[in-house]
Amino acid sequence: MSTVWVVVLVVGVATVALKATGPVLLGDRTLPEPVARVVALLAPVLLAALVVTQTVGGDNELVLDARLAGVGAGAAAIAVRAPLPAVVIVAAAATALVRLVA
Amino acid sequence: MSSVASRSSAAGYGQGVRAAVAVAATVWFFGASFGLVARAAGMGVAAPLVLSATTFAGSAQFALTSILADSGGAVAAIAAAVLLNARYAPISISVASLFHGRRLRRLAESQLIVDESWALSSRGDGRFDRRLLIGAGLLLYAAWLSGTAVGVFAGKALGDPKALGLDGAFPALFLALLVPQLRTRTATVAALLGGAIALVLIPLAPPGVPIVVASAACLLGLRRGEDDG
Repeated sequence: MSTVWVVVLVVGVATVALKATGPVLLGDRTLPEPVARVVALLAPVLLAALVVTQTVGGDNELVLDARLAGVGAGAAAIAVRAPLPAVVIVAAAATALVRLVA
Repeated sequence: MSSVASRSSAAGYGQGVRAAVAVAATVWFFGASFGLVARAAGMGVAAPLVLSATTFAGSAQFALTSILADSGGAVAAIAAAVLLNARYAPISISVASLFHGRRLRRLAESQLIVDESWALSSRGDGRFDRRLLIGAGLLLYAAWLSGTAVGVFAGKALGDPKALGLDGAFPALFLALLVPQLRTRTATVAALLGGAIALVLIPLAPPGVPIVVASAACLLGLRRGEDDG
């Protein structure tokens, strides 16, 4: 089997297993109260980490580029309570514009 | 309790799908650019499609493709992609209660979990909406796979997603979905801590690790919340 197929199959199986972790191992059983409080914080924590890594993340380095402008414009759209699709479009447009000019 | 949950999930469904359409368009372009890059890296036609169908996670797929293109070897490519996807363990735990029925069914449905479907299904109080997760997940899966197919066969005809600014759209989307989560002081402090951990680790650790380590910030939930009643 070629290297490409080994990588594709191993990564595919590993990712299927990672995504199944919660639904298959835990399912809809009720979690103890302290664990439930921890799990409830996963959403804000992981979203914040995603915002940071997708805005300034590079390959083992911080990268400050047009994405910052996109997030800034998106934040402004959020502040004026724009709907979600508008936030996405405004952020993409600002990123593209700054990249074009810079 | 259950009638309240189903009413609010029905109310949120249309709104969430409309939001998912804009995101799906963005995801489609990234799928197409993945197909193009993978083909150019010598992965052929079938392997990129199988990878998109099973892995369904852009960052890991781009990472392993660039490592293979640089002749970085199978071990490095697998390690990078699995590290990048390790966040799906905590992410899937956060939505575990939405999945019912037999194990095989839960396994199949859990494959619709991807950053964007997970984030879109968040109701802002630490809970998630099953119909939004499944609905958005199906749309995004179709977008990712069809985008990959177009990219593999005809990618050169498409524009560069970066020129369209699409890489700046994803963090803005996650920010928009983060804001309603910050209802309690504990959630706000945990989010700030998680973001700070990720920021500090980006230059120090391989991609993927910062998000996984940042998830430890949710242990703040072990403290008795004085404002979470």
